[in-house]
Amino acid sequence: MAQNNSVREETHKVGADQLIVLKGGSGKPLLVLHEELGYPGWMKWNAALSQRRTLLTPLYPGFGRSPLADWIMNIRDLASFIARFVREQNLAPIDVLGFSLGGWIAAEMAANDPSIFSKIVLVAPAGIRPPEGEIKDLFTVPALIYLRESVRDYASSPEFSALYDGGTSPEQYEAFEDARAETARLAWQPYMFNPSLPHLLEGTANNPALIVWGRNDQVVPISAAQVYQKSMKNAHTLVLDGCGHRPEVEKSEQFIKEVQNFLG
Amino acid sequence: MHIMWFTERQYHYDPETEPARSKLLESQILRNRSFFGLPNENFDAQQGSMLLNEYLDEKIYSEDLGFDGLMLNEHHGTPFCLGSVMDVEAAVLAKATKKAKIVLLGNPVPTVANALRLAEELAMIDLISKGRLVPGWVRGAGSEQLANNANPAYNREYFEEGVDFILKAWTKPGPFRYEGKHFHFRFVNPWVLPMQKPHPPIWIPGLISPDTVIWCAKKRFPYIALATKLEPTTEMWNLYTDAAAREGYQAGPENFGYLQPVFVSDNQQRAEELGKRFLYGGAFAHFARPEWMFPPGYNSKEATKRLARLPLAANLPGKPLHEGGGNETDEELEVLRNGVYARYEESKRDLQMIAGTPDYVIPRLRKVLEVLRPGIFSFWLDGPVGYKDRVKCLEMLGRDVIPAMREMGKELGLTDPFQRAPGSVKLAAGRQPERVAHPDGLASMPA
Repeated sequence: MAQNNSVREETHKVGADQLIVLKGGSGKPLLVLHEELGYPGWMKWNAALSQRRTLLTPLYPGFGRSPLADWIMNIRDLASFIARFVREQNLAPIDVLGFSLGGWIAAEMAANDPSIFSKIVLVAPAGIRPPEGEIKDLFTVPALIYLRESVRDYASSPEFSALYDGGTSPEQYEAFEDARAETARLAWQPYMFNPSLPHLLEGTANNPALIVWGRNDQVVPISAAQVYQKSMKNAHTLVLDGCGHRPEVEKSEQFIKEVQNFLG
Repeated sequence: MHIMWFTERQYHYDPETEPARSKLLESQILRNRSFFGLPNENFDAQQGSMLLNEYLDEKIYSEDLGFDGLMLNEHHGTPFCLGSVMDVEAAVLAKATKKAKIVLLGNPVPTVANALRLAEELAMIDLISKGRLVPGWVRGAGSEQLANNANPAYNREYFEEGVDFILKAWTKPGPFRYEGKHFHFRFVNPWVLPMQKPHPPIWIPGLISPDTVIWCAKKRFPYIALATKLEPTTEMWNLYTDAAAREGYQAGPENFGYLQPVFVSDNQQRAEELGKRFLYGGAFAHFARPEWMFPPGYNSKEATKRLARLPLAANLPGKPLHEGGGNETDEELEVLRNGVYARYEESKRDLQMIAGTPDYVIPRLRKVLEVLRPGIFSFWLDGPVGYKDRVKCLEMLGRDVIPAMREMGKELGLTDPFQRAPGSVKLAAGRQPERVAHPDGLASMPA
């Protein structure tokens, strides 16, 4: 997995449970919420954004590093858990950047308490049922196949081979299975969406938000972007051509530029 | 000894009367690398109706042939097994038979959304059969979780809570309210309760899961090994026996059962030709693709760790675990098919399939009985074999093989759970339990 020596690992107590948080960079904190396959490693975009921001990446309980918290049984539970961490660390209001499942967690946190965030960046977030198409099922394919299909063309994505250190080691197989099992506990049914989210997100009208989507996303259909945009009155949607579910890897330069401009 | 017979009730075509359809279906299974998930456009309702009726007729007839128990199971979304809701078949057998036990190994509790309804279904079968039901419980294969949309990450929790709830529904006077972790019932008061008290005897089938073996020992449920290799099966017997000792009892043959693939005919060559068809479509190895066998959270962490270090997936020859199949040429499929049937010699050597005339079969069955000493024994007949040959096999088992086995059972002291209640032999604290299995017998296999 791509490493950065300046990234430190901190262990926090949140109630009776442990939360491991990766902390890297310097400057104003930015909460980074990882995707359903777990933390993918320190990529170009991490390096770029960490020049001006301190990236805080909580490793969700049950995803392999932070111990399982048995009582967390859905995404709203997990969102409330992360929100408690943010409050207890006096981080609110904080900017947030969430990817896929992490985007859904960010959206749930915002829906529950918009004041916890300043600016919100959602990258191809799950959480809303797409009006057209279906969210790709993580649970019926091997993790590595899902990973490959998350980009438009894995052979031509220069950073793809760095994701999860290539994803083929036995240790990574175990880590993927941890992440898939916890995602199943949280989001088995309805699969990867919450019917009430579009309604509750309407309370985020005061939060500037950037919604980023690849036009060729094969994981969360781009039709869901319209619903996010409609629910979040202060959001701007950026669609990247020739890009799948991972704009941060497939179009990293454009992604970095747009996110830096938005976050300021 | 309690003697049963079992078949998966495969959807198939007779290779002798319909060779083209038989080969086409098998090719589709091999190409799919899996029975599970084969598109159901390949299902012909006429054929399905004929086969289901044949299987029921065989089961009903086998009661007259001397079998003590009629064993059923269920699988979903697969030509591997037509019994997708075995309680329906069990209800038919309950009415159409008179004395055989109806043994369900087992109901996949985690995949049944309403455990109270399952308790009611089984109670009805026990009443209709006048107390001949032996229910069993399983977690269900990984693919069953997908087919039934049951969250695999909670599979073991659903299983344990579901089983406890069903027993409670049968034994605790209602009405009562049940609030568990996963199941919630506002008003538990099933009017129809089982005839057998306090509840029907419970048997549990398994494929060498240590967790399940220990759980069975704690609950005093007999454990039925489903055609697992003999040596690891004896290790499971030891695990059970030790766990039983910790519970204060001596395990005996009444605590163990074994499912044995067998095919009998009056001609050795013919018997082997038919017995070899047990490997049809790759049989267990092709039951389902790895990603369907092991959906997220279904395996324990230890099992996942072991799986992660397997160099190749069992049903994807030459390919790593995470790769899919599906692009094979006809020539590659033929190589795959030949490889599947080439496993027959190994199955024969390890007694994983015993096919032959009664003279050939009986000494090999004796070896199995000497090594495992099970109080419950089930013959397993499977593969695409026509109705006449299957019935002939059953008749020969009843006439020539079962009487010999009963004699061996007496000689070896193989008490069954109806002769001695499992868990009823007390063992003083600190005393070493006697081993039930005799693995030393594996050193000399029949020539």
